[in-house]
This record gives sequence, C-alpha cells and structure tokens, in this order.
Amino acid sequence: MRLNDLLEQKKAAIVKQWFNMVVNTYSLDTSQFLKNQKDPFANPVGNTISQGLEPLFNELTKQMDQNTIISFLEPILKIRAVQVMFSPSQAVSFIFSLKETIRKNLEKEICDNKVLNELMLFESKIDEMALMAFDIFMKCREKIYEIKATDERNRTFRAFERAGLVAESQEDRLCD
Amino acid sequence: MNSKYMFSLIAVIVLISLAYVGVEAAGLQVIFGIVIPYMAVLIFIVGFIYRVMDWASSPVPFRIPSTCGQQKSLPWIKHSKIDNPFTAGGVIVRMFFEILFFRSLFRNTKCRINEGAKISYIWEKWLWLASLAFHYSFLTVLIRHLRFFLEPVPVCLQLLENVDSFFQVGLPGLFLSGAVLLASVTFLFLRRIYIPQIRYISLAADFFPLFLIISIATTGILMRYFTKVNIVGVKEFAMGFATLHPTVPDGIGSLFYVHLFLVSVLFAYFPFSKLMHMGGIFLSPTRNLPNNNRAERHINPWNPSVKIHTYEEYEDEFREKMIEAGLPVEKES
Amino acid sequence: MAALPKSDELFSKINYKPPQSGWMDTPAVLRDGMFCYAAKPKSVETLNLPYPREWNPKNEDWLLPENWKEIIYEGMRDRLNRFRTFKIFMDICVRCGACADKCHFFIGTGDPKNMPVLRAELIRSVYRNDFTTFGKTLGRLAGARPLTLDVLKEWWYYLFQCTECRRCSVFCPYGIDTAEITIIGRELLNLLGLNIDWIATPVSNCYRTGNHMGIQPHAFKDMLDFFVDEIEEVTGVRVEPQFNKKGADILFITPSGDVFGDPGTYTAMGYLILHHYLKVKYGLDITWSTYASEGGNFGFFTSNETMKRLNAKMYAEAKRLGVKWILGGECGHMWRVINQYMGTMNGPADFLEEPVNPITGTKFENAKSTKMVHIIEFTADLIRHGKLDLDPSRNDHLKVTFHDSCNVARGMGMFDEPRYVIKNVCNNFYEMPRNCIKEQTFCCGSGSGLNASEDMELRLAGGLPRANAVKYVHDKHDVNMLACICAIDRAALPPLMDYWVPEVSVTGTHEMVANALIIPGEKEKTVDLRGEELPGK
Repeated sequence: MRLNDLLEQKKAAIVKQWFNMVVNTYSLDTSQFLKNQKDPFANPVGNTISQGLEPLFNELTKQMDQNTIISFLEPILKIRAVQVMFSPSQAVSFIFSLKETIRKNLEKEICDNKVLNELMLFESKIDEMALMAFDIFMKCREKIYEIKATDERNRTFRAFERAGLVAESQEDRLCD
Repeated sequence: MNSKYMFSLIAVIVLISLAYVGVEAAGLQVIFGIVIPYMAVLIFIVGFIYRVMDWASSPVPFRIPSTCGQQKSLPWIKHSKIDNPFTAGGVIVRMFFEILFFRSLFRNTKCRINEGAKISYIWEKWLWLASLAFHYSFLTVLIRHLRFFLEPVPVCLQLLENVDSFFQVGLPGLFLSGAVLLASVTFLFLRRIYIPQIRYISLAADFFPLFLIISIATTGILMRYFTKVNIVGVKEFAMGFATLHPTVPDGIGSLFYVHLFLVSVLFAYFPFSKLMHMGGIFLSPTRNLPNNNRAERHINPWNPSVKIHTYEEYEDEFREKMIEAGLPVEKES
Repeated sequence: MAALPKSDELFSKINYKPPQSGWMDTPAVLRDGMFCYAAKPKSVETLNLPYPREWNPKNEDWLLPENWKEIIYEGMRDRLNRFRTFKIFMDICVRCGACADKCHFFIGTGDPKNMPVLRAELIRSVYRNDFTTFGKTLGRLAGARPLTLDVLKEWWYYLFQCTECRRCSVFCPYGIDTAEITIIGRELLNLLGLNIDWIATPVSNCYRTGNHMGIQPHAFKDMLDFFVDEIEEVTGVRVEPQFNKKGADILFITPSGDVFGDPGTYTAMGYLILHHYLKVKYGLDITWSTYASEGGNFGFFTSNETMKRLNAKMYAEAKRLGVKWILGGECGHMWRVINQYMGTMNGPADFLEEPVNPITGTKFENAKSTKMVHIIEFTADLIRHGKLDLDPSRNDHLKVTFHDSCNVARGMGMFDEPRYVIKNVCNNFYEMPRNCIKEQTFCCGSGSGLNASEDMELRLAGGLPRANAVKYVHDKHDVNMLACICAIDRAALPPLMDYWVPEVSVTGTHEMVANALIIPGEKEKTVDLRGEELPGK
C-alpha cells in the first residue's frame, strides 16, 4: 500500500493542518483560543477536536471500524450540534477538509500519477465518514429536540402525574 | 492594518512633532516647559480627585463581594480569611494583595493533564508578570525622578538608585527600571497585536497610552544614555518648577521638551481614561467589602419602598381552598 | 495533469468564513435555540411593570415605545447615580483580556461576544457615547457608539446569554463583575418591557400565589402529602409536615422547583424525612408556608425592586407565624439574595431571634443579623455533633461528584459544608479538577432564569465545560451521580447530562442525607427514595 505509507509518513503534518482547518471554521479570535488553550477543562471544544482527529485519520488508513469511528466522531459532532452558528452542512464539512489537506501534502505524488487510484479509493472512505458524521449530527439534533420536548414534561409533569395532580396555571402555560 | 492602533500611533507621532517643532522652530520653550506642564499637573490633580469623588458620590446599595474562598460559618470549618474576608482587617489584607501583587490576575490556576498544558500555564503567568513588572518599574522610574525635584537628594532615593543601577555598565549606570519598563510595556503592546482575542477587544484608547508610555521611556533613555542631556540644566528647571519659580534654562535640548510634553499629555489624559483604574481598584465593591451581610446589616441609602402582595391579600384570594385543604387561616370565611 | 479542485472551492458555499469586521460592525444575528420567548403581557401587567405587550424577538419591529432611547438614557443616568458598581465598572476596565476565556458561554458557543469583557463593552460603548467627555467628542475612536435598534437587540440577545455566575469576576484584577452589569442591563431592558417569559411568568406567579410555578396553596399541600405517602412506602414511617403553623420553632423555605419537579422532589422528600427525624428525636418544630412557598427569586433577574417585592414574603411570613428563625433549603441564586441582599432590602429582622441550633447549641454567628441559616450549614452542624444516625453504605451504589453552584460559590463561599455532609452520607466521593470547582466552578449553563426549553442549544453549549469535567470523573472514577445544592441545577443538569454524559444522574444533597438516615421505627429498607434497589438488599 503505497498511499498508506505516504500518509503514515506525513501523518503528523496532515493531522495538524486538518485540525487548523477545523478550528478555523470558528471566528478568528475564537479559533486562536481553541488552538492555544491546551487545558482540556478550560477548552473542551478545542481539546475534543484535537483528541478526535488523529484516531479518525488512523481509521481511514485501516479497516474503517464503524464503532471506533463513531466513538471519535460523536464527541465532535455533539459539540457542533449545539453551536447553532453552524448550519448542518457546515457542521459536518470539516470531514471534507481532510481531502484538501491530503491533496496539498501529496501534490507531487498525485501529479506523478502514482497514487491517484488509491487516493480515489481513500477519498471515498472520507465520503463515507462524512455520511456517518451526518447521521451522527442528525441523531444529536434529534436528541436536542427530544430533550427540548420532554424537558418540561420530565421535570414537572412527571412529578405531577405521580401525585395525580395537574394544577391549572401550569396547564395554562403548557397549552400556550 | 489595524485602524485602532494606527490612529493612536499617529496621534503620538503628532504630539512628538508638535513639541519638537514648537521648541526647535517656534521657540516655544515657555509654553512647553512651563505653561503646559503646570496645566497638566493641575488637570491631573483636579481631574483625579473629581473622578474619585464622582465615583464615591454614588452609593453602594448592596454589599456584593465576589467570594473566592470558604465563608466563615461553623467554628470547625476553616475560614478563608483573605479570599472571603469577614472583617475589615480581612478586607485590608485582600486589598493589599490585590493592589500590590495583582492577586486576581495571578489566580489563573491551570491543571496540567496532558502534555503541552504547561504552555498555557506559563502563558497565563506572563500577563500577570508583565503587568507587575510594568507597574513596579514605572513606579521606580517615577520615584527616581524625584531626585530632580529635591535638594539635597534624600538618602532613600540614593539607595533606590544604587539598587536600580545594580548592573553597572560603564557610566552613567544603567537603570534596570527603565529597561524593564520599556520591555514590559512593549510586551503589553505586542500582546494586543498578536493575540487575536485581545486584538478583537482592544480599542484605540488601549493603544494610545501604550504608545505614549513607550515614547516617554524611549526619550528618557535617549536623553540619559545617548544624547547625554544637560543634567544641571534639568535639575535647575525641575527645582524651579517644584518651587513655583519656573525658569527655562538654556542648553537642555528639544528632546527634553518632547519628553516633558509627552509626560504632560499622559498626566492630562489620565483622569479621562481607563488609567483611572489606579483609583478605581480601591473603590471596587466586589473586592473592598467583607462578606458578612448575614451577620451585619448593610444599609442601602435609597432602599425603595415597594408594593408587596401581603398575606391578607393572599388569604383573601385562596381562603376557601385553604380551608378545604385543612390549612390554617387567619379569618374563617 | 490538471490541478485538482480544492475542497474549499467545491464547498465554498458551506465553508464558514467568519466576519473580519470589528465587533461594533457585526450586528447580532438572533439564532433559534439561543434565546427565550418574550414575556407575555399578562405577567408583566400583574407586576405593574412598564410596556406589557405581545412582541416577538424574531420580528423586525419590537413595538418599542416612541421615546425608548430617552428611557434607556434616563435609566442609565439614574443607575449610574445609584450604583457605584455600575459607574466604576463602566470606567475602569483596561481590556486586559484575563476574563475572556473564563466564560462558559464563550467556551461552549465560541461566540466572541460572549467574552465577558465584550459583553460589558456592549453597554460601555453606549455609556461612553452618552456620558463621557472623550466619547462625546471622539466617538468611535474612544470606543463609543450611539444606541440604535441593532445595539438594543444585541444587548437583549447577549444579556440573556449570561447566567450571572460571576466566574469572570474572580479573575478580573479590578473585580469587575459581569453579573452586576448584566443585572443592571436587564433592568434597563425591563424599562422597555423586554423581559423573557421564563423569568416574567414565574415572577408574576410568585407574586400572586407565593411560588414560581403558580401552585395554589391546596395543591402545594397535596403535593407534600403525596410525598408523605411515597416516603411511607419506602421507609414505613409516616412523616407529618406542618403548614403555616403559628408558634413553630423554625420556618422552612425552599425553592418550589423541589416540590414540583424531578429530581428535586426527592430532595424535598429528604427535607421532610430530616424534619421528621428531628421532631421525633429532639422535638424540633418546623413549619412550611404556602404563602412564602418560594425560596428562589426570579425577581433578582428582573430588577432589584422586583427582587425585593418577592423576597419580602420571607420575613413577613416569619413575623406572622412568630417563629424564632428561618431555615433555607438548597438553592443557588436564592442564597445569593439571602446572603447579599435580603438583610439590606427587607431587614432588620429584629422580630426574629439570633439563630441557635436548639439540638447542638451551636450559634450561627455568621447569620445573626439576617437570621436565616442554610440547611447545609444546619445539617453539617448536626452531623458534626453526632446528632444524626447515618448509614452511608446505603449510598454505596453511588459514586458521587459535587457541582458547586455559582451563586453559593461566588456570592457566599460555601464550599466545605456540602462536602462535609456528602462525605458523611456516602462512601464514594470524587472531586472534579480544581479549575472546575469551588470559586472556579463552571455554571450549569442555565442560571439566571435561562432554564427554559426553547433555548436548549444555548444551555447545552453553555453547560459543556461543566459536563466535560463530569465526563472526566465519570471516565476516570466511574462517577454516576452529580450532587448539587441548587434547585435550578436539579432542573438544568439532568438534560445536560442526558446529552453529554448520559450515564450520570443528578441529586440534591439532602436526598442522599435522607437515604442514609436511620429513622426511628423504619422498616427494613430495600429501595431508596427513587425506588431503586439498595446495594446488597
């Protein structure tokens, strides 16, 4: 596997550039904070992204184990699902940034036409991962709507129901 | 190009040129050496007092310290006397550390879990360190300048100078404070330029005093080490200034007037600007009050009288339901 | 070979390019999920607050009164004269940026206007324009800008994206407190009738019926009676809560959220069990009140006058019932109000006695003026004197961590008391990392009246730093229970955990106390208050 060897060789650079592209989807001042603040508790967003990208990259070069991929994609997408400045397409677009990063890093090899076939296969894997990301994103959004819909019910109605009481004014509010 | 700092930079350059041309070409030594400095000092003193009095004229309706440590409660629980003061003494200690050591700025505790976290730890300390270096070197420089205004020069000042010029490099001795001042103020400036978050929140009013202080320090250093200003003349001028018999001695060069003018601008600008944090920190109600509200009542001078929904009104509305539910009532139906 | 197209060309449409303009030139975009519904006119009317009307933040026209700019100007002038905090905090910020990355909303949403310094600058810029010499003459260059409709909307959007948690004020070298600025900013917005419904309606409910939920007295009693049945089922003991009882020793007030919402209900049962225990063993006479049936105070998020109106009921009821002193339940902002405002607003409480724990003889010196004691202080004192018969192994199925509530942490400083209680009622306790607890605690993301449902994305994003720290102790120590001493936490943390760390549940501290408490005459317990099986039973 020639391509895999190349990718392995340039992994550090590729993952680093990929990370920068992902955090650059935030506004400038925020992206600097995400990059520079290394404390995982002061910077959960940047930390989650940086923790996730390398394993994801590794999976692409291997068998694409679904569970592993989900376990690393999910934390990132969970965050992007609550950051409403992203549209759904923007939220998952970071996967595609990897294509550009790889093309940039393998420019010479691609022009020499040595790895093109392999690269196309590899890019299909990226597409596949993007689709998985979209599924996860949708699942997160659905979860948010479920929480929205049941929050009030869980909190007050459940207790009321247990007690067999539903007070008037509360009913008013929920019906409004 | 950032218009915010360009404006401030240009403003300072204009000020420098103004003084230089004014003295060099127009011969306005009296204006730049006597009139403007006196005015600046006057504006500073009156303005500073006015601002502080103005703050003080607004009452503190509530006692709302930010508590940064364990409250005083049960006798066997260790009370954090400084970070959560209960007495005036505790407040004084808290303020002492806040004002002299910038304790809050120091507080950024970063835990180090992964590699690299160390970087953020050090980085946070830089702001605290640079601020501390800046303020203390500025203070030292200011105190050192008193030698020009006092005759004979007090022993303590001599002592300070000896310590300050510890690293003697030829003559005249190099003052550490000047170098530290210039270095730290440059750091604070670069920070505003290079950290995007800080650049984003910075205003022209944040750059102006930085450029001003950089220029003041630079002109001062130039005079002392390079152009070798006529010290005797400067002393004569300063003594005259301090004793209200101002004179304009010959042969002290335009650089001195530029330096003096920039200092005057800084003094005059001070009361109108964020530099007033020097006075404000003493009055900050989240820091200068004890957290003892539950033990000693704080008085709000304008405590409003408000309409309250009384128990009687409440019972009138719900009496029947209350009786039915077996709840005690004041008036049976 | 031809150059390959770059993915950012292919996806140029979806590549998010941030605005490069300065913040003053970037008007706020109101995004769904980040703000709450507007206050309903009925609620605003009940309180006689200005300009009740139907309005929608999404609409271009907010139906403002014609002279709204003048109202804001006058409002600011008035508040500058009344609050030294406001005046000083408007003047002395040097924009050093120490606070910038300390806000949970900035960390979670990545929106630069959620940096505390910038949130304050939104108001400062208008202050400079209208009230300072340089601002009036130099305008933009002095960081000043005139108040426009866009600016007003930006205020509204971002002042309701601050939970008044005060974390930034801990790190500010001058103690500038964004909470104070937000509080005053919201007061100004209220002058134009621009409150959110999640605050306005609870306030109006509380004013009329005594509690935020609008629960009438008989229903309040019904609910507690229901708890009595539940407790009997679990413990075999029938507790007897008392209501509006004149001449009781102590008046007990807790947030109504605990009476009407899970999992706070279990905390409320915990109170009932503790009260019962103290009555049976030591003859302590505690009463609830239906009139003062709300400890929380959403008036605090409206204006200081409204806060005072709601808070006044506590003393009024204590006086009417003739109790010795008041005991307060677990709550966050309720305790900031009691600790820092109540005595000033509605004191002196000279009709009450200086609080003494009649069982241990401990004088609560720190509460001798306000005469209100926190139940955690009270319980800690009882445990310390060995007055509670506890079996912490009953909580052995729990691995617990503790969330410091912002208001109790930074507006009071109660750190060791809850930890002492928790460590005495359960055997497995793990702290979250130091920069996420105590005075540096991260907010639940839903404080200051933002715990509605429509702004769930805001809450989940703002709660991320907290959830992230919980996830850390969950991964490391298998923590499965997040304890707290705040009713808003009990309402807000469950959905937060559900989204980020679904394996962790939320509990009030007194629920754990009650589960560990050996009640005289109890049957062999097999389940805890939630009906979950006890370990080894």
